[in-house]
Amino acid sequence: MNDVVTPPATQQDTGLKAGSVPLKPHGKVIAVTSGKGGVGKTFVSANLAAALAKRGHKVLVLDADLGLANLDVVLNLHPKITLHDVFTGKAKLEDAILQAPGGFSVVLAGSGMVEYSRLTPEVRDEFLRIMSSLVPNFDVVLLDTGAGISDVVLFAVSLASEVLMVATPEPTSLTDAYATIKVLVGQQQRQAVRVLVNQAARAGAGQAITHQLQQVLDRFVVTDPDRPIRLIHMGDIPIDPEVRQAIMRRQLMMQTTPGCPAGQAITQLAIKLEESVIPARA
Amino acid sequence: MSSPIPPTLIDLQHLRLDDARALLAHARQDSHPQPGEAPLHYLQRLIDGLSELSLKDPLTGLGNRRYLHAALERAIETVARSGDAVLLLLIDIDHFKHINDAHGHLAGDQVLQAVANRLALCVRPMDMVARYGGEEFALLLPNCRPACGRAVADRVRAAIESLRIEVAPSTQLQVTVSIGGAYAPEWVRSTTELWIERADLQLYRAKHNGRNQVMLELPQQISVSAEEKGLLFSHLPLPVPEAAGQLPDAAPENAGTPIPRVIA
Repeated sequence: MNDVVTPPATQQDTGLKAGSVPLKPHGKVIAVTSGKGGVGKTFVSANLAAALAKRGHKVLVLDADLGLANLDVVLNLHPKITLHDVFTGKAKLEDAILQAPGGFSVVLAGSGMVEYSRLTPEVRDEFLRIMSSLVPNFDVVLLDTGAGISDVVLFAVSLASEVLMVATPEPTSLTDAYATIKVLVGQQQRQAVRVLVNQAARAGAGQAITHQLQQVLDRFVVTDPDRPIRLIHMGDIPIDPEVRQAIMRRQLMMQTTPGCPAGQAITQLAIKLEESVIPARA
Repeated sequence: MSSPIPPTLIDLQHLRLDDARALLAHARQDSHPQPGEAPLHYLQRLIDGLSELSLKDPLTGLGNRRYLHAALERAIETVARSGDAVLLLLIDIDHFKHINDAHGHLAGDQVLQAVANRLALCVRPMDMVARYGGEEFALLLPNCRPACGRAVADRVRAAIESLRIEVAPSTQLQVTVSIGGAYAPEWVRSTTELWIERADLQLYRAKHNGRNQVMLELPQQISVSAEEKGLLFSHLPLPVPEAAGQLPDAAPENAGTPIPRVIA
């Protein structure tokens, strides 16, 4: 037998299938993702983390958008130690966990991670190792992922038990969200994707959009009859001048104006997650 | 930084060039200075020749593994920006060891050369053929639409199967190949290792499924068809002239337009 008999690439399978990650999560891992960039993923991650923290949960936000991180900008943090230092062995993981202004913890990627934006087996292993030591220490871990369908994004999402897809009502954002959900269903056999509509212009917009996405999925995406794909509408964040204000001032909206319409929407989202996915505190 | 050395200051006598010359001479390349050729020009020619050799498989004349990796890197960069469909095929000769055992290594080499020549004839000028390892070859096919991938791979498989390779007077051999293929993920910067791993997994499937066949990874369904978009946006209000100012509050569900029903 001289034929090339390479063992099947089980490693890659582990990387891409949901639920096969050797994590025994105490907390819930929620991937905050989107089909298109610039729809407010990082804004949602940071403010949702603050809202959950305010409600008594121990929350970590992990910058899973390796190399293209904006969390530091949104939170106005200037970290000395980042994920990059952990990857290169210069620092311990504990030292990379920072306290963000909102009462939650954050691990930033650091600009040096650009060279890791290619998903090599080493990066996968290191990321898995980091995740499995972080997750047991928190009630909720939010993964602020990149946009779209790159290897890194799909891998980061595969580590999460829940997916929160952020989309705006714009047609391009919806198309990209739909395409991403298709891949998540096809590659990771996801059955539930949670949809959050940002910059909603009117009440009920998000519900209609989620309904529409669900209709298109039902008609065009062939799934196992026993494993239908279900979209769960998690709320709308209305267009609100306070959002822009907070971003421009590089402050956390949930700290400065938590009572504004967008702030109330984020609190509602936190409550909804609490009711559906976040385990009650021991 | 020092300025470039003027050509006249290079004295070829001080350089040990015998090995380089021998390598090039072995590859039937002109390895001696032309009469009147400037030493710098001659050295450049020597270096170019060696660079070319370093990317070639000496037995078959195809690109080697190093060449393949460089080509894959380039393809990944292109695909990440253009979204083109680029297919990588890994091609492995079935039961090659039997040929070596039964007919000798010289016959084995002849089979490798014949397969290499046939592969080089199968492809378009923009495609790339390389010898990836012992009896394993790689084809890189840019602009190969997913709908065509299987047909192309199967044509390659059939072309090899139809070969009659004369390894000795009155001894003709017929060989088959197993082919595994994977597309570069569109719009995405992946790695050569992952790409090869994915194609290799398909090759493994082709081998285990009985050889002499093609297995391709199904392309990711990341495109959104016009029908899908039609349904996705059917709830949106129709565009109104700008002068009208206000958008209607909501359009009735599936306003009037029939939705094409496309079910595969």
